[in-house]
Amino acid sequence: MENSCTGCDSLGESQIRIGRTHEVRGVVDRAALDALIDTYEHKVGPRNGARVIARAWVDPAFKQRLLTDATAAISELGYSGHQGEHMVVVENTPKLHNLVVCTLCSCYPWPVLGLPPVWYKSAPYRSRAVIDPRGVLCEFGLELPEDVEVRVWDSTAELRYLVLPERPTGSEELSEEALAALVTRDAMIGVAKIAPPGEGSRA
Amino acid sequence: MNGVHDMGGMHDMRPVQYEENEPVFHEQWESRAFALMRAMRAWRKWTGDAFRHQRELIPPAEYLRMSYYEQWIAGLVELLVKTGLVTRAEVESGEPTPNSPKAIPPLTADNLAPLIAHGTPASRDVPVVPRFKVGQRVRPRNMHPVGHTRLPRYVRAKLGKIERDHGVFVFPDTNAHFLGEKPQHVYSVRFAARELWGEQAARHDAVYLDLWDDYLEPA
Repeated sequence: MENSCTGCDSLGESQIRIGRTHEVRGVVDRAALDALIDTYEHKVGPRNGARVIARAWVDPAFKQRLLTDATAAISELGYSGHQGEHMVVVENTPKLHNLVVCTLCSCYPWPVLGLPPVWYKSAPYRSRAVIDPRGVLCEFGLELPEDVEVRVWDSTAELRYLVLPERPTGSEELSEEALAALVTRDAMIGVAKIAPPGEGSRA
Repeated sequence: MNGVHDMGGMHDMRPVQYEENEPVFHEQWESRAFALMRAMRAWRKWTGDAFRHQRELIPPAEYLRMSYYEQWIAGLVELLVKTGLVTRAEVESGEPTPNSPKAIPPLTADNLAPLIAHGTPASRDVPVVPRFKVGQRVRPRNMHPVGHTRLPRYVRAKLGKIERDHGVFVFPDTNAHFLGEKPQHVYSVRFAARELWGEQAARHDAVYLDLWDDYLEPA
């Protein structure tokens, strides 16, 4: 497992030591640490991105702004800031599938997706997404026909990418809120499509 | 640097391990590591680029063995000591040096929300002439700097095409080493999958990277 580690206990202790020293020295404020954790555990996450996608599906003018200047369009919904200062949205179509990775590290659009899952930061995904995107997608259960172009966005600079997935069939009657509930984190990274209403999909 | 962190195209890293309903943090110490790092950055003693490079300096075997937040802790300790925010003795003992001055933390629960909402833009509103135009064919230099770079090995010396000019950004290769921002244009560059990986790649597939002006040469 990527996340298991033999040194966790000692590392946990070492960061507690660092934390204690810092609080005593006034280098960090304990309440600020708690607020940071609360922000990323409870306030910022893929539900934000899902609202952006749903808005784009129901509002063609918003979608146009989103594809032209994603940072500004996303901030219309109140999402902005750290690791989302420079956003790009790429649109999936029946003939084009977009996939996002950061081969060098873990770059990810925090304001709309939250912090990245472990697999996104892991060696298997980072190494293979660029050389074998179709193989990686197969492992996620998504097999794409040969005539669909796969575009991999290796976000190694300061731009952060969000995939605008295809609106699923059978969702024509749904409200914006119900559409947002269909949108998954994985679809906004590009490792999944969005299942039609009632069929369900993971993450 | 040609480190193990530059993973694009490597083989044998095993299948992707997916976790259903994954929590944001798996252990409390991970959330503390994350928060400590963010809070320390508010001192502006180092740049995000410097933090990335510090993690790249973890020896390859250790880098691969460590979990993500273990890498953060390792990088953070080095930067704390290097910039004098705490001493190594303080890190090891967990006790402040006697009579050390008490600082006032720059990040508090009150100013956190606006700081997060504003972020730390890496773009710069300065007039810099772009060396390349949209549509132009380019080739990333065949360069192998020992310091920090955002030019992955797998695209060096490969033929690409400029698709978009993102504007002017701080240059991580100098900024990570406290050598200045050297702002310059960043372009979205398209590489055909077959240019990068040969016949094994699908004919129409492509990989896009955002690359700084200094990385590129006309092709």
